[in-house]
Amino acid sequence: MVTRIPPRTTRQPTRQRIRFRLFLASGAAATAIAAGSVIPLSPLLPAAPQAQAAPNTLNAPKALKAPMAPAAADGKKVLTVAVDQSVDSLSPFLAQTLLATSVHRLSYEYLTNYDAKDASTIPGFATKWASSPDKLTWTFTIRDDSKWSDGKQATAEDAAWTFNKMMTDPNAATANGSFTSNFKKVTAPDPTQLVIELKKPQATMTSLDVPIVPKHIWENVDDFSKFNNDKKFPIVGNGPYVIEDFKVDQYIRLKPNKDFWRGAPKFDELVFRYYKDKDAAVAALQKGEVSFVSGLTPAQAAALGNAENIKVNDAPGRRFFALATNPGAKAKDGEKFGNGHKALLDPDVRKALFHAVDRKTIVDKVFQGHAVEGQGYIPPRFDSYFWQPSDTQKIDYDPAKAADLLDKAGYEKNGSGKRVGDDGKPLNFRILCHATDPNDKAVGKYLQEWWGDLGIGLEVECLDNVSDPWLAGNYDLAFDGWSVNPDPDFVLSIHTCGALPATAKDTGATDNFICDKQYDDLYAKQAVEYDVAKRTDLVKQIQSRLYDTGYMNVMVYPNAVEAYRTDQIKSITTMPEAAGNIWGQDGYWSWWSAVPADGTGEASSDSGSSTGTVIGIGAAVVVVAALGLFFMMRRRSTAEDRE
Amino acid sequence: MSSARTPGVVRDAVDGPVKTGPSGGPRTRARGHRTDYLLYVAGKLGGAAVSLFAVLVTSFFLFRIIPGDPVKAMTHGKPTSLEQMATLRKQFGLDLPMWQQFTEYCAKALTGDLGTSYQFHAPVGELIVEKLPATLLLTGVAVLIYSTLGLWLGTRSAWRHGGLGDKVNTGVALTLWSVPSFWLGLLLIIVFSVGIGPIPGMFPSGGMQSGNETGFAHVLDVAHHMVLPVVTLVAVGYAQTLLVMRSSLLDEMGSDYLTTARAKGLRDDLVRRRHAVPNAMLPTVTMIFINLGHVAAGSILVETVFSWPGLGGLFYQALSVPDLPVVQGLFVVFAGAMILMNLLADLLYPLLDPRVGR
Repeated sequence: MVTRIPPRTTRQPTRQRIRFRLFLASGAAATAIAAGSVIPLSPLLPAAPQAQAAPNTLNAPKALKAPMAPAAADGKKVLTVAVDQSVDSLSPFLAQTLLATSVHRLSYEYLTNYDAKDASTIPGFATKWASSPDKLTWTFTIRDDSKWSDGKQATAEDAAWTFNKMMTDPNAATANGSFTSNFKKVTAPDPTQLVIELKKPQATMTSLDVPIVPKHIWENVDDFSKFNNDKKFPIVGNGPYVIEDFKVDQYIRLKPNKDFWRGAPKFDELVFRYYKDKDAAVAALQKGEVSFVSGLTPAQAAALGNAENIKVNDAPGRRFFALATNPGAKAKDGEKFGNGHKALLDPDVRKALFHAVDRKTIVDKVFQGHAVEGQGYIPPRFDSYFWQPSDTQKIDYDPAKAADLLDKAGYEKNGSGKRVGDDGKPLNFRILCHATDPNDKAVGKYLQEWWGDLGIGLEVECLDNVSDPWLAGNYDLAFDGWSVNPDPDFVLSIHTCGALPATAKDTGATDNFICDKQYDDLYAKQAVEYDVAKRTDLVKQIQSRLYDTGYMNVMVYPNAVEAYRTDQIKSITTMPEAAGNIWGQDGYWSWWSAVPADGTGEASSDSGSSTGTVIGIGAAVVVVAALGLFFMMRRRSTAEDRE
Repeated sequence: MSSARTPGVVRDAVDGPVKTGPSGGPRTRARGHRTDYLLYVAGKLGGAAVSLFAVLVTSFFLFRIIPGDPVKAMTHGKPTSLEQMATLRKQFGLDLPMWQQFTEYCAKALTGDLGTSYQFHAPVGELIVEKLPATLLLTGVAVLIYSTLGLWLGTRSAWRHGGLGDKVNTGVALTLWSVPSFWLGLLLIIVFSVGIGPIPGMFPSGGMQSGNETGFAHVLDVAHHMVLPVVTLVAVGYAQTLLVMRSSLLDEMGSDYLTTARAKGLRDDLVRRRHAVPNAMLPTVTMIFINLGHVAAGSILVETVFSWPGLGGLFYQALSVPDLPVVQGLFVVFAGAMILMNLLADLLYPLLDPRVGR
C-alpha cells in the first residue's frame, strides 16, 4: 500500500515528466512499429544483440527457401549482371562511362560492328560501304530490315540526322564529337544510302562508334546538354535490347527486341544491377542473385574457382600496364615545363631501367598469373595489330646488361653502391603511382628492389590524383595504362606532337609528352590508309618506333577476370571468340548470344510471390506484436499511475 | 512554431495567471519567462542562419582545393578532342574566372539552385532529392532503433552498475562499436545473405528493391532489403547512446531526490523511470540530435557495402571526379541538416530542463 503525497514543489515537474514520458513512449512506439515493418523476420524487442541471434535463426528456415527457389513464378529467364559504375547519362550524346556506352551498344545500332572472332569490322546498321577514289566521300548502304522499337522503319535519314546534329550543335558533340570533327557534309539521298563527305581522308571511317538515334524522337529535344533520355520508357531504339526501366544506381532493365534483324536474344530480360562493393557482388553471385560479375581480384577469382555452378573466365584483357618516362614535358609552342629528371633523357639510362624489370615476376607475384607479359603497345587480343619486338630490339630482363649500360652512360657506382652522375649526385628517381591501384604499389616495391640493386634510388609517390603532377610534367616515371579499342587510332594519337598542349598552361590530349618526328610521319600515313593490310603494317611500324624511342615500356597486359553462374547461363559468346572477355566487349555479342540454362528460370532478382507472402506474414506478425506490446506498456504505465 | 504547443513556460503564459503554472508565479514572472525564451529562440535562430550562410560560402572554396581536372577525369580513356573538352569546360562554367564562378554560385544558391552536375548533366537539387529518401529511410530507422536501444540498455546498465549484466552489456556494446562497419556488413552478407552451413541465406545481398513490385509488396521488399544494413548500423552505433546514457544516469544516482522518492515508498522501477531517467536525459538528447543530424549524410561505408542508393554513395562518387556542384550541394545539405538538428536540440532544452535558456 502506497500513500502518495507529492510535495507541492515537485508537482509540476511530475506533470511535465508525465508529458515527457508520453512523448518518449510515443516515440518508442513509433520506432517499434517502424522497426516492425522494417525487420520482418527478426524479433522486435530491444535486446542485446547476442540474444537476438537465436530467434533469428529459428525463424529462418521457412523464410529462406523462397529466394533460392529455382524457377520464378512466371518462369521468366532473367540475366542479371552485377555492375558498379554509375550511368552518367542515357543520352548517347552525353554518355561517357563504359556502362552507359555498353547499354547504348545494346539499344542502338551503330553503322558497323566488330566481329566477335577477331574484332575486324563487320556490318551493323550499314550492310556495306565504299569510299570514292579521292578518299573523301564514303557511301554507306543502310539495311532495310531494321525497325525502331515503336514500329517505324529505321533509315539512312536517321543516321544523317544524328551526324548532322553532332556537327552543328556543340552540346550534341559532348561524347562522340571526335568522330565527326573531320566531317564536311552528311546526307541521305535515299532511305538506304548515307553519304559522308570528309575534309581530309580518315582511316577510321569503318569504326565510327556512334549510336544512331531515331530522328522522329530526338528532333523534339531542345537542349542536348541537359536531356538525359531517362524520363520516358521504354526508350525507342533498334538494338538487340530495349531499355525498359532505369533507376539511378539501382538497376537498368532491358527487354529483348523481338524484331532485331540479327535475331532476338534468348533471355526474357537483361538486368544490370548495382553492387557498389565487389565482395558483396561476389556474395550475390554465390547466392545466385546475379548471373555475372566482372573485374574480379585474384583472391576473389581463387575463392570462386572451386565453387559449384560457377565458371571463372580468365580472359586476355584489352589494357596494357606500362612504365612511362618523362621525355621532358613541353608545349606545342616549344616551351618546356615540369621537373622531369635529366638523366632520363639519356636513352641508355631508360633502357637500363627497362632491362632491370622482371616481367615474369610481376605476372606471377603481383597479378598472380592473371596477366600476360608485355611486349608491344597493343595487347595480343587484337590479333592483327599485335606487334612483338624482334630479338635485336627486345629489352628483356638482364640486370647485368643494365649495369653495363649505366656504366657506359657515365653513371658508375660510388663507394656506397649508389650510381652517381657527372654532377656528383646519386641517381634518385620518382615514380607516380595511383593510390587506388594496388598493382601500382606492388610493382613499385619490386622496382625499388630491382633498381636498388642497380644502385638507383626510387621514390614511389602514390597519390589519389596523379593527373595534376602528370599534366604539369612534374614526374620522372609513371605507371601508365590504357584500354585499347579495336581501331587503334586513338591510343596511337596520344603520342603525337599534335597532342601536346598548345601552351604550358593548356591541357593537351597527350599521354606522356612524347613528340617524335618519325612516329608522327608513320601515324599520319596510317590515318589516311584505307587498305586494311597496309594500315595494319603501318600500325606495327608505329609500335616498333614507340618501343625504340624507349619512353614507354609495357610490362604486362592484365587479364579481365570474370565469373558467371553455369546454372543460369548455359552458353555465352566471348570476344575474341576462342578465349576472350564477356564484359566490356566492342559489340553486343555476349548479352545478345547468352543462352539460358535449362529449368533455372531467373536469378531470384524478383523474389517471387511466395517469398513476398512469407515476408508479408512475418511483417504482419511483428507489427501486431509491436502494437500488442505498445498497448501492454500503456496499460502497465496507467496501472502504475492508479497505484 | 511548435513551442506554443509544448508544455512548459510558454504554455503557462498562454493559459494565463489563473491557473497555477510550473513557476507558480504571478503574471509578470510568466511574461518574463516568455520573453526570455523568445530571446533565447531568436538567438539560436540567428546563430543557425549565420552558420548556414557560412557553410554556403565555405563549400564553394573548400572543394576548389581538391586537385584534379573534372573534364579530364570524365573523358579519360575515351577518344576526346580538345574542342570537346573546351565545350565541356564552357558548359560547366569552368572557363570563367574564379570570382565570377563564385558570384554566379551565390546568386543561384540564394534562389535554391545548386547548379548542374558535371557528370550526370542533371540539376544537383534533383539528384539530391532523388537519393535523399533512401538515405533518410535507412539511417533514420537505424538512428531511431539504436537510440532507443541505447537508452534502454544504458539505463539498465547504470541502474545495476557493476553487475554481470552491466559488464556484459557494455562489453558487447564496446566490442561492436570498435568493429568497422563495412567489415561487419560483409560478414552479415556472407552469413545471412549467402548462408553458411546450417544458416540459409535469407536476405538480399544488396540494393533497395528487387524488381517491379508495387504497393504493399514493394514496402515489404524494401523492408526486406533494409534488414542487414540497419542491423549493421545499429550494432555499430548503439554503444554511443548506451554509454552516454549510462554515465549520465550514474551521475544522478547518488542524488538526494532519489532517496526522497524512495522514502515516499515509490517502487524502484518508478524511481528510475519517473525521477532518475528524465534528469539524465539531457546529454543523451544532445547525442541523439547529433545523430539525427548525421542522418542526411548517411553512411558512406554501409551504403557502399549494401549498394544502398543513397547520398553517401553520391558524395563519394562526386568527390572522385570532382563533380564540384554535387559536392558543394551535398556539403550544404549535410551541414544544413546538422545545423537544423542542433537548432531543434537547442529549442528543446528549455522544455526538458527549465534552467536552460533563462
